[in-house]
Amino acid sequence: MLRNSPPGTADISALERKATQLRRHMLTMARGQGQGYIGQGLGIADALAALYFHELRYDPNNLAWAERDRFLLSTGHYSIALWAALAEAGSIPVEELVSYGADNSRLEMSTLDTTPGVEMIGGSLGHGLGQGIGQALGLRVDRSDARVFVELSDGEMQEGSTWEAAMSASHFRLDGLVALIDCNGIQADGPIVLDMEPVADKWRAFGWETSEIDGNDMMAVVGALAGARQRNGKPKAIVLRTLPGKGVPRIESSEKSHFFRIDVAQWDGIISEFEKSTGLVQ
Amino acid sequence: MEAGRTLAMGQDEAVGGGRQSVEAPFGKALTRLGHSRPDIVGLTADLGKYTDILPFRDAFPERFFNVGMAEQNLIAVAAGLARTGKVPFATTYGVFATRRAYDFVAIALAHSNLNVKIVAGLPGLTTGYGGTHQAIEDLALMRMIPGLTIIDPCDATEIEAATEAIAEHMGPVYMRLLRGSVPVVFEPGYIFEIGKARRLREGKDVGIISTGFMTERALDAADALHKQGISAGVLHVPTIKPFDAEAVVEFAGGVSHIVTAENHVVVGGLASLVVETLFDAGIAKKVTRIGLPDRYIECGSVPTLQAKYRLTTEAIVARIAALD
Repeated sequence: MLRNSPPGTADISALERKATQLRRHMLTMARGQGQGYIGQGLGIADALAALYFHELRYDPNNLAWAERDRFLLSTGHYSIALWAALAEAGSIPVEELVSYGADNSRLEMSTLDTTPGVEMIGGSLGHGLGQGIGQALGLRVDRSDARVFVELSDGEMQEGSTWEAAMSASHFRLDGLVALIDCNGIQADGPIVLDMEPVADKWRAFGWETSEIDGNDMMAVVGALAGARQRNGKPKAIVLRTLPGKGVPRIESSEKSHFFRIDVAQWDGIISEFEKSTGLVQ
Repeated sequence: MEAGRTLAMGQDEAVGGGRQSVEAPFGKALTRLGHSRPDIVGLTADLGKYTDILPFRDAFPERFFNVGMAEQNLIAVAAGLARTGKVPFATTYGVFATRRAYDFVAIALAHSNLNVKIVAGLPGLTTGYGGTHQAIEDLALMRMIPGLTIIDPCDATEIEAATEAIAEHMGPVYMRLLRGSVPVVFEPGYIFEIGKARRLREGKDVGIISTGFMTERALDAADALHKQGISAGVLHVPTIKPFDAEAVVEFAGGVSHIVTAENHVVVGGLASLVVETLFDAGIAKKVTRIGLPDRYIECGSVPTLQAKYRLTTEAIVARIAALD
């Protein structure tokens, strides 16, 4: 069971090292098939490190534990980040990561729900928040204090079902529900094609206790998660401003950060640069 | 009641053979189950009153959730509840459960084989509200979803039995709802089994294969035809999926002409299933399809519309008597 508390005790530099490790795993995965949704994965790495190595109550050796906090990855194509977190937590073997996106691999490029640690089927955007609400209601019926975290994205907010769900979460006073809204500014057709600003104001207007932070600043992420622990009758939204490709300059600057494909030699170059710049190898 | 008048939402016109009826059989059965099954939860999307689920809400307020007019969220929330071990019964109208929430039924429920029961009001031509409210193609739409069980019950007895059966069954279900005052066609000993058709009448000239409330009319039509010297059998097929092909093939073997009868368009539903089944089995027999045409239906009173679109007992009798 993992949950470091109180929040003041969080070891920020240790969590930053975890985020670096997650990014390294993701590079291994993307190199395997030469491609993947790595821009998004690198962007959300800090939030996942904070969740899986500080905030979530779960047992990496028993992912089906009934009293676990749930993490729902609504954007199934961010799976690369989830596999990295589960591997780093010891739930899936690190050696398996190279199979990401390969035929017959359970580490799909977009999550189905048969792999341990996956709490919903992703892929069809706009499904996650409603399913998180259902899980939170079920936990309430069971009088469990387990919480539900749902990751969703700025592009995904264009799906109307997201707002159907947003309305009902505050109506049902689901204060153990935390939405992590990854605003990375990109979607399939390029930069955000339909302006979603002001994002935080929208969530506040829907009755959510909302904070807005730099999603790549570990101190800010840990602080926002700490603030979201209160059981005060309101669902919590954390708007994460993230940079697609964060930590890998060649991907950060790419115009193709929604789906990234390069050859193996280029991946090797990126990995070598990453390891040097992060101190993973001297 | 003023004849020929479209009723307000939630009002139902008695259409049928002057049988005894039961009020809200679904709501009664679900509430009864709720006492012994704490895992059952109820949901609706602002149509609780019109889908007979309020008795469950009143008995178990902590296990009932009204998500408002939001059918995608209705299904998503039900999916989440199912993942915590609950058995959600989610009600709305058939048109909304299918046309509006299809992606959620297909992906959030069926793809994950989640244990959610959708109970869908106003199937086929049971409302005068026109094409927006008449779920005339729901069976066809839902049939295409892998792993979804689909039930079209005939009467109050069957609705109560099917409610119990689907609560026991593990996996997603779409059940058509007959609400309000629902006729009793089957005796109390009637056994409903998911996936099983029931031969209710033997006959050698014509075999009527029917589902939903059309079975009540098929039985009455068989009685009337008997007086005209026509021997008509009736096979009731309350489960559309999985389809009881074996029973259909066996039944078809004993009659010279097949008639299908459904409260649904004649494409994609029961008629299509029967024709596919017979063709697969190498049985070449004439099939006459009774059901709704492949078009949207206008507003009007239910008796007027059912007569116009020939879903009545009299229309079935006339259609069969005119066969070669």
